[in-house]
Amino acid sequence: MPEWIAACATDDIDTEDVIRFDHGTQTFAIYRSPEDRFYATAGMCTHEHTCLADGLVMGDIIECPKHNGRFNYKTGQGKGAPIIDNLKTYPVKVEGGTVFIEA
Amino acid sequence: MVIVGAGECGVRAALALREQGFTGPVDLIGAEPYLPYERPPLSKDIMAGEAEPEPRTIASADRLAAAGIVFHPQRTVSAIDRAGKQVALSGGGALAYDKLLLATGAVPRRLPMAPEPTGRIAYFRTFDDALRIRAQLVPGKTLAIVGGGFIGLELAASARHRGAGIVVIEALPRLLSRGVPEPIARRIEARHRAAGVEFVLGTGLAAIEETAAGVRLRLADGREIAADFVVIGIGAVPETSLAAGAGLSLDNGIAVDRLLTTSDPDIFAAGDCCSFPHPLYDGRRLRLESWRSAQEQGALAAANMLGAAEAVSAVPWFWSDQYELTLQIAGLPDEGASIVERESEGSLVLFHLKPDGRLVGAAGIGPGNAVARDIRVAEMLIARRAHPDIGALAKPDFKLRSLLAA
Ligand SMILES: Cc1cc2nc3c(=O)[nH]c(=O)nc-3n(C[C@H](O)[C@H](O)[C@H](O)COP(=O)(O)OP(=O)(O)OC[C@H]3O[C@@H](n4cnc5c(N)ncnc54)[C@H](O)[C@@H]3O)c2cc1C
Repeated sequence: MPEWIAACATDDIDTEDVIRFDHGTQTFAIYRSPEDRFYATAGMCTHEHTCLADGLVMGDIIECPKHNGRFNYKTGQGKGAPIIDNLKTYPVKVEGGTVFIEA
Repeated sequence: MVIVGAGECGVRAALALREQGFTGPVDLIGAEPYLPYERPPLSKDIMAGEAEPEPRTIASADRLAAAGIVFHPQRTVSAIDRAGKQVALSGGGALAYDKLLLATGAVPRRLPMAPEPTGRIAYFRTFDDALRIRAQLVPGKTLAIVGGGFIGLELAASARHRGAGIVVIEALPRLLSRGVPEPIARRIEARHRAAGVEFVLGTGLAAIEETAAGVRLRLADGREIAADFVVIGIGAVPETSLAAGAGLSLDNGIAVDRLLTTSDPDIFAAGDCCSFPHPLYDGRRLRLESWRSAQEQGALAAANMLGAAEAVSAVPWFWSDQYELTLQIAGLPDEGASIVERESEGSLVLFHLKPDGRLVGAAGIGPGNAVARDIRVAEMLIARRAHPDIGALAKPDFKLRSLLAA
C-alpha cells in the first residue's frame, strides 16, 4: 500500500531545481517548478540508472546529467533519444512547510 | 529512404524519419551481426562488470519493426550507383533510394608496424573486440595499451578493476592531447597511477613482436616491455570507402555542408564518418567522435532528407568515465586560449574563452556527476555565444545557471 512519506522541507529545494530523496531502498527526485509547485518522480534515469537530482531543471524538464536524456517531471514523459521508457511519477502534497510524497 | 550503417547515428536517423512523419519505406543496413548497440558501455560496464557481456541494444527488433524500419543485419553496402539511385548489397541484391544516408562511422586507426589483430593483438571498436579483450583481463596478466586516448584509458580503468596489470604507451609527452586541456589530463593520469597503471610517455614504439610466451614491445629508446596481450588505441579513421568509391568529396571524412549533404544532393552523411562546417567556430570543419553528436546529426540528417533544410548548430559534447571520475567537454576548448578555473571538492571545470571574452569551450572532471550541471550551463552559454562574467565563472559557490537569465 502506498503511504504518504515526509520527504523534505519546502525550503530545501530552490525554485526550478531538484533534490534527491532516499527512502528505504528507493531513490526519488523531488522538484520545485518555476511556478513554485512540487513534484516527485523516480530518482534514477530510465536509460542508465543515473541520479536525476544531479541534473538541470529547465521549466518542466529534468535533464539527466549523464547523457542529457530529458523528461517532463510533471508527467514522467520521456522526450526522445536516448530515452525509451517514461519516468514513474508520484503524488505530492505540501503541509506545514513539509513536502510529502505518496509511494 | 536508405541508411547505411546501423550504429548510434543510423538508428537515430531511422527512428527520426518516422517521428517526423515519413511513411514510406525505411531500410537500415548494418555490417555487424547484432541488433544496433551502444559503443560507450563496451569500454566501461561491459568491460569492467561481472555480468556476462551482452551488447546494450539501442533499439530492439520489436521497436524497429513497430516503427516499420526494415533492418538488414550483417549486410554490407558494397557500392552506390548514383545515376541509378540504388545501393548494392554484399551477397547480392540492391535497394533503390530517393535519399541515402551514409552513417558508416569510423574504424580503428591501424598501426603500420603492428602484426595483424589476431592472437595477442587487438583493436577496439566493436562488441566482438570487447569480448576478445575482456577474456584477457585476469589478475596476473599484463595488458599493454598503445595510445593514451579515451578508449585506451577507459579500458585501463576497467582492466584494473578486473585485476589485470596495465602499461600504457603514449608517444606524446602527455595523455589525451587531442581536445583535453592539460590540467585535466594530468588529473586523469594521477588517478590511473594511483590505481597502479604504469605509463610510458613521450616515447615512440619501434616494434611489436609476438613471441611464444606473449608480446614484446620495443620502444624507440631501446627499452623493451613484455605483455600478454596488446590493445592498440591510437584513434579512429572515418569509414569512407563507400563514399570514395562513389566519387563523393572527402575531407577528413565524408565532406558535407551545413545541412549534412554530401557533394551529391541526394546523399547525406552524418556521425563519426563525416566532417561538417560548424557555425559557432567560423565554419571550421569538424569531425566529431561523440555518442551524442552522432545522434544529433542522425536526427538532423533525417529532417533534411525530408526537406527541412536545417543547419547543424549543436554544441559538440563528449563524456568519458574512468574509475569514479567523469569527464565532460562541451564546445571546443582549443578555440579559447584564455582559461578560467572553477575548482571545488575534488572537481575542476575549465572555461575557455576567446580574447574578447566569448565562451567557446568548457571541460570538467570530477567524481560522479559533479561537473554535469556546470558543463551543461556552459554548453548553453557557448550556443548563445555568451560573454559570461569571469569572476562568476571562477567562484565555486556561484550558481552558474543564473548566467543564463542574463
Ligand atoms: C569503446 C568505445 C567507447 C566509447 N565511449 C564514448 C563515450 O564515453 N562518450 C562518447 O561521447 N563517445 C564514445 N564513443 C564514441 C561513440 O560510440 C561514437 O561516436 C558513435 O558510435 C558514432 O556513431 P556512428 O553511428 O556515427 O558510427 P558507428 O557507431 O561506428 O556505427 C557505424 C556502423 O556502420 C557500419 N558500416 C560501416 N560501413 C558499412 C557498409 N558499407 N555497409 C553496412 N554497414 C556499414 C559499421 O559496421 C558500424 O556498425 C566510444 C566509442 C567506442 C568504440
